[in-house]
Amino acid sequence: MKVLVPIKRVIDYNVKVRVKSDGSGVDLANVKMSMNPFDEIAVEEAVRLKEAGKANEVVVVSIGVKQAQETLRTALAMGADRAILIVTTEDPQDDIEPLAIAKLLKAVCEEEKPALVICGKQAIDNDMNATGQMLSAMLGWAQATFASKVTFDGDRATVTREVDGGLQTIKVRIPAVITVDLRLNEPRYASLPNIMKSKKKPLTEKTPSDYAIDISPRLEVVKTVEPDARKAGVIVSSVGELVAKLRQAGAIG
Amino acid sequence: MNVLLLSEINNGELSLDATARAVTAVKGIGEITVLCAGTTVSVAAEAAARIEGVSKVLVAEDTAFGHRLAEPTAALIVSLAQDYSHIVAPATADAKNILPRIAALLDVMVISDVSRVVDADTFERPIYAGNAIQTVRSTDAIKLASIRTSTLNAASLGGAAPIETINGFDDPSLSEWVEDKIAESDRPDLTSASVIVSGGRGVGSEADFAMIGRLADKLGAAVGASRAAVDAGFAPNDWQVGQTGKVVAPDLYIAIGISGAIQHLAGMKDSRIIVAINKDEEAPIFQIADFGLVADLFETVPELTDAL
Repeated sequence: MKVLVPIKRVIDYNVKVRVKSDGSGVDLANVKMSMNPFDEIAVEEAVRLKEAGKANEVVVVSIGVKQAQETLRTALAMGADRAILIVTTEDPQDDIEPLAIAKLLKAVCEEEKPALVICGKQAIDNDMNATGQMLSAMLGWAQATFASKVTFDGDRATVTREVDGGLQTIKVRIPAVITVDLRLNEPRYASLPNIMKSKKKPLTEKTPSDYAIDISPRLEVVKTVEPDARKAGVIVSSVGELVAKLRQAGAIG
Repeated sequence: MNVLLLSEINNGELSLDATARAVTAVKGIGEITVLCAGTTVSVAAEAAARIEGVSKVLVAEDTAFGHRLAEPTAALIVSLAQDYSHIVAPATADAKNILPRIAALLDVMVISDVSRVVDADTFERPIYAGNAIQTVRSTDAIKLASIRTSTLNAASLGGAAPIETINGFDDPSLSEWVEDKIAESDRPDLTSASVIVSGGRGVGSEADFAMIGRLADKLGAAVGASRAAVDAGFAPNDWQVGQTGKVVAPDLYIAIGISGAIQHLAGMKDSRIIVAINKDEEAPIFQIADFGLVADLFETVPELTDAL
């Protein structure tokens, strides 16, 4: 079984986000970028499938700026076999919408014919939570989102999903798209020898025109602003004082 | 303009609060039709029909819709889509599972986690874990949006919208339901509770989390947790508040042993009053708390429980 894992280069999750004062977006110049944390979990799951003998090839795909090569190399160092980069822009401020990403990924899937796509449930930059579901719809495949456990049995995958009330388990027919949640696994750190090896693994570069796909956005960004700041309140010295303050504020009876 | 609102139904019961709040968000856009899809939804449909501002309720009953599987539900909504300018739902896990699938089938973008409907084409939504608010204008013929309901007031009840049954469904049979493990609780629902008591890694263990529960029960509150507490196994996943968990805005949010990572703050910073109890005075949670108490939670929480 071939597994395809789409990954996104995003602002590192530890970086304090700064909104540009002209309202045009979040400042991404000279900011540390990393693999989207959910996508790391997806790569880890795919690599574990390969190590368990259930997958024979793990292909990682990224779409965006040329610098996403680094992100793909990280995935190769974690154990993926091969990488595809679709360069859509030179401007790191350009965020390609999930609809366009899903169309490009569909084209990649038609070429690569994976049995499974594993991806992060959302990217921590635009927080859309959409690409996996969209890709699944376009391919006419089953979808299993927000996975916290995945097992395989023949042409079926059993997936436990994190839902609002707790957990739901479903069975999906393969080929399928699985989007992963936080509790699925703990991604590994790449070892130095594997980082060295990853530099020799194949990385193919493409452009959207190779797939004849229109990636123009459907949503026009009017402005991006900082949220209203919340001011720090007071530090109380005892439980008694806390209860008195809460009564005063009408928060408790 | 016509709005189709996918209601949240679990085991035949309507999430009235989330649905009524979503009605508030879209009532300025146009006529609102609420879709109730499930195995048996007549009771849910009657409840939805009572929400003021709802023009019509559609009932779609089929076992395929009973467990909110994405493929049959998306196929159903796609078959209805041409009559609507907007397709919306409260931003629940189910809606986030289903709406992007519908969007792709209709070749339109989805607008996730809308925090404010500006007008029929324009929406505000948080990005970067709520560190920025983006306003977007959709150029698509059909706007698809999931709506964050935590800061909205529920539309009042007293309406009597007509209920119409629709038939003839196409189930792509790509997935099947196996089981739900849904925790039964007498506590209020996290997303609609007026008081929430949340615990973090500082609580230390699953056993000690009972202390959080006792304080919550004293206040009639829901129990929440930080990602760290859920990852450590102290609390179940459905308690997680934050960027990738639930987004809440109660009257009172008490954060206990929670340091206040931005991903957690993203899920609760719209609460009216925030209380933080943490022994680390440098914890970022104190920067947004209305009342902070720098103290050992193992002494403070039982004392607070007794004092209430």
